[in-house]
Amino acid sequence: MTNAAPTSSPHSHQGHSVSQLMLHVLLACVPGTAALVFFFGYGVLFNLVSLVLMALLSEAAVLRLRRRAVLPALRDLSATVTAVLLALALPPTAPWWLGLIAIFFAIVVGKQLYGGLGYNPFNPAMVGYVVVLISFPVQMTRWLLPQGATDALPGFSEAVTIFFDGELLQGIDAFTGATALDSFRQQQGAQLVSEFRQSSPVMGQWSGLGWEWINVGFLFGGLYLLYKRIIRWHIPATVLLTLGLLALLFHDGGSSASHGSPLMHLFGGATMLGAFFIATDPVTAATTPRGQLVYGALIGIVIYVIRAFGNYPDGVAFAVLLANFAAPLIDTCTQPRTFGHAK
Amino acid sequence: MNNALPKLWSLPGGIHPPENKSQSLNGPIRMAALPPQLTVPVTQPDYATPQLCVQVGDRVHKGQALVRAAQSSGLLAHAPAAGVVSAIAGYAIPNASGLPELCVVIDTDPTDTRWAKLKALDYPGASIDTLIERIADAGISGLGGAGFPTQLKLRSTLQQVDTLVLNAAECEPFITADAALLCERAADVVTGGLILLQITGAGRCLIGIEDNKPQAIAALQQHCSDARLQVVVIPARYPSGAENQLIHILTGKEIPSGTLAVHSGILCHNVGTAYAIARAVVHGEQLLSRITTVSGAALREPANYEVLTGTPVAALLQHSGVDHTQLSRLLCGGPLMGIELPHAQLPVTKTTNCVVATTEAELPSPPPAQACIRCGLCVDVCPVQLLPQQLYWFARSKEYTKAQAHNLQDCIECGACAYVCPSHIPLVQYYRNAKAGIREQSDKHQRADYAKQRFEVHQQRVALEQAQSDQRRAERAAAVKAQPAAAAGTSAQDAIAAALARVQAKKAAQSIDAGKQGDSK
Repeated sequence: MTNAAPTSSPHSHQGHSVSQLMLHVLLACVPGTAALVFFFGYGVLFNLVSLVLMALLSEAAVLRLRRRAVLPALRDLSATVTAVLLALALPPTAPWWLGLIAIFFAIVVGKQLYGGLGYNPFNPAMVGYVVVLISFPVQMTRWLLPQGATDALPGFSEAVTIFFDGELLQGIDAFTGATALDSFRQQQGAQLVSEFRQSSPVMGQWSGLGWEWINVGFLFGGLYLLYKRIIRWHIPATVLLTLGLLALLFHDGGSSASHGSPLMHLFGGATMLGAFFIATDPVTAATTPRGQLVYGALIGIVIYVIRAFGNYPDGVAFAVLLANFAAPLIDTCTQPRTFGHAK
Repeated sequence: MNNALPKLWSLPGGIHPPENKSQSLNGPIRMAALPPQLTVPVTQPDYATPQLCVQVGDRVHKGQALVRAAQSSGLLAHAPAAGVVSAIAGYAIPNASGLPELCVVIDTDPTDTRWAKLKALDYPGASIDTLIERIADAGISGLGGAGFPTQLKLRSTLQQVDTLVLNAAECEPFITADAALLCERAADVVTGGLILLQITGAGRCLIGIEDNKPQAIAALQQHCSDARLQVVVIPARYPSGAENQLIHILTGKEIPSGTLAVHSGILCHNVGTAYAIARAVVHGEQLLSRITTVSGAALREPANYEVLTGTPVAALLQHSGVDHTQLSRLLCGGPLMGIELPHAQLPVTKTTNCVVATTEAELPSPPPAQACIRCGLCVDVCPVQLLPQQLYWFARSKEYTKAQAHNLQDCIECGACAYVCPSHIPLVQYYRNAKAGIREQSDKHQRADYAKQRFEVHQQRVALEQAQSDQRRAERAAAVKAQPAAAAGTSAQDAIAAALARVQAKKAAQSIDAGKQGDSK
């Protein structure tokens, strides 16, 4: 028998660990990522690999400077998850330096300068994303035309060239185009929704071409996380419900003044990725059950308002960051009734 | 018995840890052999000084009282076996504080097996007072956990109780003491329930038991012929056996925070206590032994033992074939709420329901705690619906006001939160520390208030004395002023002479005093 100082109860444990939770999140990203790669090609993979490497290196560097143990922190996989989510949000034409700046603001500023895992008030991936979105709008909105809208995605060597500098590639414009959400905004009420859908090459069955399947992929991943009890239903359900209800309210029967159908919003842009993977980041979200309902609803509202009435085609990142601000207040106001206290 | 399926209320939260109960339920209850030495704690519930009625060197017989307990507040302790008192001193016993408590050590005499029992009572005819007195005389305290003297719990409850709850839930892993008791001695448990019904005047008795003990349930149902008794089978989920949680599951009542179940008309006792009551009333037996589960992967033969109070844990481990090379930790109680024992020489007490001799493979030591990621798994499992992740921050930063505003005091320390925490944070330890900090703070406030009160009283007294002496001085001054007016003829010379005479007289008096003191030395 060891003679170490007696430990406090409980003496047994379910056996879960932070790295296991994070590993499940990474697994759950696979279907959506596969769809993203299918529709947008090598650029997505370059983003993933480079951002994960940069995230691990920058996290290790900051931990060294902070004189903290490096390996345990890297092994918890939280930096990897941040990098993957950020990589999935960047356009597939992003040059390497764009990713580097985004990762720097995500890992170094958004996470480590606040004290590391568990202490950051804002979702690190979204901090990095918003910094580059505001600073480099041209690069950040240069999406490729999805497979199906064009017969030729950039090949491997072209993708490599784009990764090192998009400007170097002759005729990059032939590959790029506005995303479905963006082109829908740009039509400015000129056509009925049904006519626009038929005339636009980037529109698919219910939402953007390709994007609808990417969203289905992330929806599956999200259901896996729910099934595994890695996340709770509260946040994704209210995000989707609020977004869907608002879209229904302003759908306007598909007139030229319509802001898009509920299906277009639910399966367009970063909706599913945001609802299941980003809004549910436990560190920065509200934690009380009722608070999570409020938090999710807030995100759903802001996403819709930005998409329908704002200047950006998508609003998941801003919605999540704004809700992050509100999370502590929401938690304070939504304490559950403790057992044995007045109803 | 009542066969109608009772309505059950559900417990918020809860966990399903591996039960680990089958190992110790393989055979009948074993009788633990008489050890050469028994260490019997005689601590009183309110830490009052026990009035010992034996001395070192005294010969005691089995069943002889070791302390005289004040009838209304104390807890009797008896010699569990005949022998000679060899020491009376503080010894380590299984308690959370780790502080030694006063124990009587008896060198046992295996040749003397006589048991000086009390007179058996005819319980349906006995008065309530007689029954409670008997429970006090038998030294019965709650066998479920806290070990509160049963007579006190009963005296506080007379004429307010409508429901009696017998707790047979035994929700914690490894522990099977109550299940084993019910399998073999359900009849006495039921008798104990009936006696408690008679004492409290409650209209019904609900026996709550988890559905993972089919044999115990069958045994209970076989003996529950009285219509007031009802065996209620509840789904197995930790911590359904905690008093307030079980009451909620059985009756739907939530015991208001800060009050006792009795204030809501419910009295809850462990089935082991009911058994001890039946033995004391019907057979006149003092509480000298209890059933203790001895389990864990470091043992060859886990089993339930009937153990005399004061038996060293090491003796039980030896009976069960302990493998010391495998033994990593020794727990008293279960793995979720039990305490870790520093060594095996500690005695079994009236509340020791289980000893787990575990291995590193069975209950691995916790890895270093990581940062809280606020995942909220703890919120999902908290049976009291607290926000453990928030309480953790408040406890860590010693923000006691906020912790109290988040109802830290309602935490039952069941450990469900720490059990699921992916960051392996010892949450319960933080809560215990914070609770202690809050107690300390309120003690400090109380002391400060008391000191302030004393100071104010002191100030008042000083002011009063000052006023009185001022008044006396003023009176004397007035008298002196009046004198010259009365004796206008006396000159200043006379006044000086008079003063000198007074001084001399005083000096003379003092020197006499000093002389007296010198004599007395």
